[in-house]
Amino acid sequence: MAPISYHLILSGILFTIGVMGVLLRRNTIIIFMAIELMLNAVNLSFVALARHLGSMDGQLIVLFVMAVAAAEAAVGLAIILMVFRNKETINADELKLMRW
Amino acid sequence: MDLLTFFMLAVPLVLFAAVVILHPSPVYSAMSLVVVMSFLALYFFFLDAHMLGWFQIIVYAGSIMVLFLFVIMLLNLQNDPQEHQQPSLRTASRIGGAVLIAELVFLFSRSSSSEKAAAELPEGFGTVVALSEKLFTDFLIPFEITSILLLIAAVGAVVLAKR
Amino acid sequence: MEHAHATAQALSLSLSVSYLRYIPLFPLLGVLFNIFLGHRLGRKAVNIVSPGMVFLSFLVSLHAFWNLPEGGRLVDTMWLWISSGTLHVDFALQVDQLSAMMILVVTGVGFLIHVYSTGYMAHDHDVARYFAYLNLFTASMLLLVLGENLLLLFVGWEGVGLCSYLLIGFWYTDDEKASAGKKAFIVNRVGDAGFLLGLFLLFWTLGESNVWTLSFSTIQQHIAAVPAEVATVICLLLFVGAAGKSAQIPLYVWLPDAMAGPTPVSALIHAATMVTAGIYMIARLNFLYALSPTALSVVATVGAATAFFAATIGLVQTDIKKVLAYSTVSQLGYMFLALGVGAYTAGVFHLMTHAFFKALLFLGAGSVIHGMSDEQDITKMGGLKSKMPVTFWTFFIACLAIAGVPGLSGFFSKDLILEEAYASPLGSPMLWLVGTIGAGMTAFYMFRLLFVTFFGENRASHEVQHHIHESPASMTVPLAILAVLSIVGGYFPLLHFLSPLFGEHHEPHVAPLIKYLPTVVGLGGIALAYVMYVLNPAIADNMARGLSAFHKLLFNKYYIDEIYDAVIVRPIVGMSNWLWKVWDAIVIDGTVNGAAHTMEANGSLLRLWQNGNVQNYALSFLIGAMAILGYYLW
Repeated sequence: MAPISYHLILSGILFTIGVMGVLLRRNTIIIFMAIELMLNAVNLSFVALARHLGSMDGQLIVLFVMAVAAAEAAVGLAIILMVFRNKETINADELKLMRW
Repeated sequence: MDLLTFFMLAVPLVLFAAVVILHPSPVYSAMSLVVVMSFLALYFFFLDAHMLGWFQIIVYAGSIMVLFLFVIMLLNLQNDPQEHQQPSLRTASRIGGAVLIAELVFLFSRSSSSEKAAAELPEGFGTVVALSEKLFTDFLIPFEITSILLLIAAVGAVVLAKR
Repeated sequence: MEHAHATAQALSLSLSVSYLRYIPLFPLLGVLFNIFLGHRLGRKAVNIVSPGMVFLSFLVSLHAFWNLPEGGRLVDTMWLWISSGTLHVDFALQVDQLSAMMILVVTGVGFLIHVYSTGYMAHDHDVARYFAYLNLFTASMLLLVLGENLLLLFVGWEGVGLCSYLLIGFWYTDDEKASAGKKAFIVNRVGDAGFLLGLFLLFWTLGESNVWTLSFSTIQQHIAAVPAEVATVICLLLFVGAAGKSAQIPLYVWLPDAMAGPTPVSALIHAATMVTAGIYMIARLNFLYALSPTALSVVATVGAATAFFAATIGLVQTDIKKVLAYSTVSQLGYMFLALGVGAYTAGVFHLMTHAFFKALLFLGAGSVIHGMSDEQDITKMGGLKSKMPVTFWTFFIACLAIAGVPGLSGFFSKDLILEEAYASPLGSPMLWLVGTIGAGMTAFYMFRLLFVTFFGENRASHEVQHHIHESPASMTVPLAILAVLSIVGGYFPLLHFLSPLFGEHHEPHVAPLIKYLPTVVGLGGIALAYVMYVLNPAIADNMARGLSAFHKLLFNKYYIDEIYDAVIVRPIVGMSNWLWKVWDAIVIDGTVNGAAHTMEANGSLLRLWQNGNVQNYALSFLIGAMAILGYYLW
């Protein structure tokens, strides 16, 4: 039997890979995918803990996370479309509206 | 889940996840992500989350990834030869990532020392019946709210994309 | 409560009533009415309500007067005002003999002035504001004389100060008038500072012997706890306040300038309210002043000096209201002289008679000014006797009264003061002499004013002459009533009435020469004025030319205003300028702005971090999250 810490560490590794993707890539779609990766990493730890504790609550949380992720993907990708239409680019470092 | 299964699933997960963020082509990234999702679904099956495993495949690997690919196609994104983050940010990010993984591993391995044996699983754990029973009793209100959220997201996406 | 009860019994009979509160309340209602409804309901309503309110409080005052127990007092305790440790201050009004007289004068004369004002201000568009101020003035003064403790007296004290400012500067669009109001207020502040210091010292001194109180009766009961030398300091400080309010040397300068206000206001300030506050306060605290002969002699000396000094200025002024103003300063000097020699009764007596004839003089002057199309210079008047008969005759009676012609009110009170100044243990022949010369000058300048204004040829332009008219009944009727009061005021048995407070009055025994000389000097002054301004006007001009330097000195009021300006005002203005331009603008603003500039510089450095790159922000977020996680893992 793989101990619970193995699952959790795997989840941490996947999460960190997602973080690195968000920070290192300029393409907003890739960044978006990295965020999905982070969400999935967290899902993994939820499911592992639910199994470990013998409680269904963790699985239900994952269900809600999936629903939120679906909503986020729909809206987020729509925003990326809009940005591309207006700015002709989806590179994160070329979108500098959030400054003084 | 025995150790062999764990590593058979964990190694491809990490590798494909790395491909997602490292490959210059968005299409390759997306396809790698689909693989990651599928492996995760398998992972869920082994963790007795049968229903969630199917959801993982349908919702994530299916609909969400199709959405991604669709947008990539719409934008007609090519490999960007200049796809490099500024050096200072890159260095800082790498250090940050190293510290983060160190912290997380430290945290989780420390918690394993006081680990108790896994609890006994109740009858029908992770099945549709168990999941829906909880969903329509204890989690009814969050469930309804989620449905409203999805509706709003759908409308919002349509409005945004139409403009 | 038990303590207060014992106090009251120890002093005299003290009746608890609940109607005294209406005396100041009615005029206050008038204020509210004028402020909130005056403009809406129009001139007619204002003209009825404002004097009506004062009349109502006059009726209540009369009621209080009739119900005043023999040798006792009425007390109306409304609520516990301040309660702090052992200090309990009630919001309480009292009427004793002194207060009874004061409220009758304030409401009575005040009512006549209100009625007069309805005529005088008939063409002013802002009549509601005017009557709001006037009612507030009356209410403040009533609070001042009714207050059962020093704190309440102080409330009224400040109230009249405020109202004088508002009313003197009533026509605030005129710069000169606005600054006259400011002058009155600022000079009064100087006096008020002294008054407050005296009040604190008295409170503290009593507190050292564990008597924490502000109530007059309690103070009187424990007055023995005040050491004599401290009493002197307290009395002198309080006298500074009195000198400010009652226009004595050196703080009299505001009163002549106070003429900038509408003439009925001058009448109110000079006769019924405000300037009598200082006299009232010292008479009220007579038991305190009794402890300090030094302070009393200062009061007497300042009073006599003011009486003489102001009279000399009054000799040559040509503005009808200025003459009256200096005559008020001079007459107030007599009152202080009386207080200073311990003749409180005489001082208060003169306060009352003066209220009658000075109100009459000012209202008469107002009538003249009204008739002369707002002309105030007496050299441009003359011959008004036939054109304004009521004004003339009432004015004439007032002049007789102030000059001390036997039979009229001023004669009784002024003679009494001078006799007391001579015969009292605290008095001296010098004080008497100064007072007597002052009386002669008073008679002279008052009749000079009368003769120049009402006799001879009219020297005004044709345009003005054409418009000369007697004033309406609303103005002449108060004049007539005041004239009657000026005549009979001397026969009121005030001396006996006030005896529970100041002791039974004994007619001072003085030689006939001392007794009758002031009267003779007064009559002489009238005769001299008649000779110089009616029989042979050339004499006056010749004298003015012959003594031109002296005349100029007097005409310019001894250059006191200029001296104050150079010695006090300019240095203060200079210092204020320095404080403004150097200290405030450079040091303080520099510090504040410097702090702001430092912040801005730091901010613009930090701003570089905020470069708009979302991933930079995400990195900051990650670092923060890691720091927090690291902290808990530590």
